Amino acid sequence: MKFSDIYHSCQDFDADKYINRVTPKQVREAIEKGELSERDFMVLLSPEAEKNLEEMAQKAHRLTVRNFGRVIYLFTPLYLSNFCTNECSYCGFSTKSKLRRRTLSVDEVEKEGRLIAETGLRHLLILTGESRTKSPVEYIAACVQRLRKYFCSIAIEIYPLETPEYKLLLSAGVDGVTIYQEVYDPITYDRVHIKGPKKNYLFRINAPERACQAGMRAVNIGALIGLFDWRKEVFAAGLHSRYLQDRFPSTEISISFPRLRPALGRYQPASAVTDKDLVQMITAFRLFLPRVGITLSTREKAVLRDNLIRLGVTRMSAGSCTEVGGRLDGDGHNGQFDISDKRSVREIKEAIHRLGYQPVSKDWLVI
Amino acid sequence: MDNLKIGGKEINNRLFLGTGKFSTDALIPDIIRTSGVQVVTVALRRVDFENQQENMLKYINKECVLMPNTSGARTAEEAVKIARIARAAGCGNWVKIEVIKDNKYLLPDNYETIKATEILAKEGFAVFPYMSPDLMAAREMRDAGAAAIMPLGSPIGSNRGLKTKELVRILIDEIDLPIIVDAGIGRPSEAAEAMEMGAEAVLVNTAIAVANDPVAMAEAFSLAVRAGRRAFLAGPGGVKSSGEASSPLTGFLRDIE
Repeated sequence: MKFSDIYHSCQDFDADKYINRVTPKQVREAIEKGELSERDFMVLLSPEAEKNLEEMAQKAHRLTVRNFGRVIYLFTPLYLSNFCTNECSYCGFSTKSKLRRRTLSVDEVEKEGRLIAETGLRHLLILTGESRTKSPVEYIAACVQRLRKYFCSIAIEIYPLETPEYKLLLSAGVDGVTIYQEVYDPITYDRVHIKGPKKNYLFRINAPERACQAGMRAVNIGALIGLFDWRKEVFAAGLHSRYLQDRFPSTEISISFPRLRPALGRYQPASAVTDKDLVQMITAFRLFLPRVGITLSTREKAVLRDNLIRLGVTRMSAGSCTEVGGRLDGDGHNGQFDISDKRSVREIKEAIHRLGYQPVSKDWLVI
Repeated sequence: MDNLKIGGKEINNRLFLGTGKFSTDALIPDIIRTSGVQVVTVALRRVDFENQQENMLKYINKECVLMPNTSGARTAEEAVKIARIARAAGCGNWVKIEVIKDNKYLLPDNYETIKATEILAKEGFAVFPYMSPDLMAAREMRDAGAAAIMPLGSPIGSNRGLKTKELVRILIDEIDLPIIVDAGIGRPSEAAEAMEMGAEAVLVNTAIAVANDPVAMAEAFSLAVRAGRRAFLAGPGGVKSSGEASSPLTGFLRDIE
């Protein structure tokens, strides 16, 4: 059974009613439990659980340190192309956005890769918009083959692929896939994805399991927080993570909760998501799935990122740039979204050290 | 001297140290000095030979025996490749095989571990397979040429202690190789318990790395391992579950005779 079938079967469940009737006793019991059920997870995402945030944070901290140690895994994004055939209301790369479109040549990709490698980071995330003509799978494979000598781990955040295409990229040297559903609620999904192949909800929601089936070492999923009721979206992302962890135990699963940032499209979030909400979703998720990684991007402010390290985050981006060719000759005006944590890799490493954690720049090897 | 002869070396401190999860690798020299640890395992995946500034090997005293491990390997083939990279990079010929396909419980795959043990032992490595305590698998690892067997006490990082005690005891009784309890040991008293049972050594990582004072905790573990070993050598008396009755019910048999 695919995750889409499982998620579809939950649609009749009245989550609003359940979440709003949670009692203090249910919250306390969920926090004290060893293994949390899906309903416990929903209890911890409820407005009632906000009163117990400190207790949740303490437990999330203990679980994270025990399972992952006092270490933070670092990576950085490299944008290959911003051509995109989708019109999405929230994204800076949407067909409607007026920005300079560009696809880096393989030589330019190598040049930018070399600049990143000089910072000491050995984990790379390469990104493209969705254009099978401007950034086809073969082009991405060629870039990866060129980048392999500089990095020990290369993950992709591109359009959803078929399983054989994931296998092709795996053999080229890709070992991880990041793909966000953006929004799990099917009605909202259809509304914000106005035109283009991304309108195909089912093809996207089942992409993470195709990546696992292809043999990827790591798969990172997520929901763009702010497009729909965050409590239900985080709940769906939690179910999705547990589904992948149970069915593909040899793949490292991780999750992101990217909050909508001002982008070139100037989309305004449907619901405001506060820092406190972000703390609640991270800690509730950690209690529900103690072994799943939590990734935090430079979308968030430096001071908030530093504080979230102790609450369950295990992976962070550093030295980010969301503009194609941004490290080569970018003008800083054509990024996918605005970066909030603009610190250099060195500054971020120092901050992590100061917090009593070790920044890890290399955690795999090309074999 | 009660030294442990293993993998072509002689070791007098039976606490082996794991190096993942530390807030800073700069703690490692202090831990080695204070606890007297001699065997240190390092995940090769974490070692950056090209970046001296962040290469954790620089923190490991040259007198220590380095035991690179194959953390991250999901198959025998990957473990073998990692072991070869480690030896080619000058990390010696010891290797701890870790083959884990289950990211939820981090339990090792005994079948793949046996295969990797066989290949690497033939290539001259001193092979230390990390395994789920199972007698048949341990026998196969021994027959494949392992230098020791490393059964888990409970899942990695769980700090739950010696939950597999009865199974580990069977390995100690039946396998004529050193048994080194690896993973799950959360407290010095649990390390002492493993040693009292007859384990030849104990490997600890998480319980030291995440302690408030890792240096002091490593010292505590080292002392506990010594105490447990002493107790084992001293031969503890048998354990009785109840007191002995001062008026035994069968005493009359003596009187009749």
